[in-house]
Amino acid sequence: MLSWSPELADKLIQASYFLAAVLFIVGLKQMSSPVTARRGIIWAGIGMLVATLITFTWPDMHNYPLMLAAIGVGGAAAWISGKKVAMTNMPQMIALYNGMGGGAAAAIAAVELLGGREHDISIITLAVLGALIGSVSFSGSLIAFGKLQGLIRKPLRFKGQQIVNLLILLSAAVAGGMIVTGHTDGIGIVAVFFGLALLLGLTMTLPIGGADMPVVISLYNALTGLAVAFEGFVLQNAAMIIAGTVVGSAGTLLTQLMAKAMNRSLANVLFSDFGDADIAGDGVDVQGSMKPIEATDAGVMMAFADKVIIIPGYGMAVAQAQHKVWELTQVLLERNVQVKFAIHPVAGRMPGHMNVLLAEAGVPYDLIFDLDEINAEFETADVALVIGANDVVNPAAHSDPASPIYGMPILKAEKAKNIVVIKRGQGKGFSGIENLLFFLDQTRMLYGDGQAATAELIQAVKSY
Amino acid sequence: MIDGFIALYIFMLAAFTGYEIIGRVPAILHTPLMSGSNFIHGIVLVGAMVAMGRAETTLEIVIGFIGVFLGAGNAAGGYVVTERMLEMFKSSRENK
Repeated sequence: MLSWSPELADKLIQASYFLAAVLFIVGLKQMSSPVTARRGIIWAGIGMLVATLITFTWPDMHNYPLMLAAIGVGGAAAWISGKKVAMTNMPQMIALYNGMGGGAAAAIAAVELLGGREHDISIITLAVLGALIGSVSFSGSLIAFGKLQGLIRKPLRFKGQQIVNLLILLSAAVAGGMIVTGHTDGIGIVAVFFGLALLLGLTMTLPIGGADMPVVISLYNALTGLAVAFEGFVLQNAAMIIAGTVVGSAGTLLTQLMAKAMNRSLANVLFSDFGDADIAGDGVDVQGSMKPIEATDAGVMMAFADKVIIIPGYGMAVAQAQHKVWELTQVLLERNVQVKFAIHPVAGRMPGHMNVLLAEAGVPYDLIFDLDEINAEFETADVALVIGANDVVNPAAHSDPASPIYGMPILKAEKAKNIVVIKRGQGKGFSGIENLLFFLDQTRMLYGDGQAATAELIQAVKSY
Repeated sequence: MIDGFIALYIFMLAAFTGYEIIGRVPAILHTPLMSGSNFIHGIVLVGAMVAMGRAETTLEIVIGFIGVFLGAGNAAGGYVVTERMLEMFKSSRENK
């Protein structure tokens, strides 16, 4: 017979953590396909629940009432805000939750370093490294949240900024080194170290423009994973080591994929000034003019087409037009018009964001195609409908070496027989770059609010 | 006990696992996947609980409390938003 003993309790804890690690990996794997993705997050959720509950049986712990209060307050606040947030604001919420994780990792390190427990030098080094990374991720993610939420409007830049950042990093490294080598008296150095690390996150993120934030959020996500893994070594917790490392490497790859889709290198995002509107090349010679069209005429064109490709951009989501766009799609499908959606990797606020917004409106994912899948099909499309997208369909990206977006992969809408662009007015887009597509012979501009214009199109199609 | 080279092996294998899982993922899932991996590092909650459970001085308890609070937020928030996004992904057959 088995009897309850500390050894058995420890085995149970270890087994639960092992189970959690397995569920995390299986869950993440399932999340990488749209068919099984929903199941994936539920598996991972069960893993988290098991690991959290078993941790209450950890030997020699106290402070339970306060601990429960912290879990209750933090969990409930995040749960409710997560339920309420609009899909358009999803990127900044992910940034916020990610920052919280980084802060938690830094807090673990702080308790361990202040507690003065017997640790050997390699463990203390990992604790300090995890604290540095976690703190940067915490304050950096908060800035990313503020920028995307519109709380911080202008990138803060000044001469010699990179040098200042480097100095802060070096000072933090010196303070960290003093902690590792045992030159600590009380909390002084530890406090200075954390202060510098948090400051570094602020100064690193403030100069980066809003358009680059997705890459930055993804990077901080990977960094938090790494910080969690390091603190997992400190606490001898295998679940933290495995989950943190898996996220660290997966997040790094995801960051690279995003940066590539935006035609930027990671170094470029972190250390250069692009990523906001003020440096557009406006000396482009544009030939032709923008030719307007009425919704009724555009509606006829689409009603009698064989194939329509819709190219949505973030402007569509801002106008809350995605539900109308899906309605238009259904009306066209009923007339046996083939309809496909073409999504650029950076459509929306982060890669894949547009897919989430379309899914919310009810658009099935098998109508949605990404750049590589759809680009060859524009030649056979009768109408390409551009709604709220701009730079991602600008042919200047492969015809004008002087353009700031030169080299960026684009959706080749210009190959379609007819192009209809729904646009609010004649002005330049988000990036301030003139769009050559709008001046082509086969392009017509349908001016108006995205939602209203789409509603008119629906009426026009229905009347035939 | 997880020490020295065993820890290094775990680190190495987990790193390759993460890389392989994400390697062939379609772009349409990038946002949910980032959110999902964000949820998974919410396991930091467990570590924060242990750290707080062993905290002695008032300062340590306060920092531990902040850690648990933040960790719980990471886990709960990460789960809710990921689940909400993935729930919406449907194919045309399911839609009918």
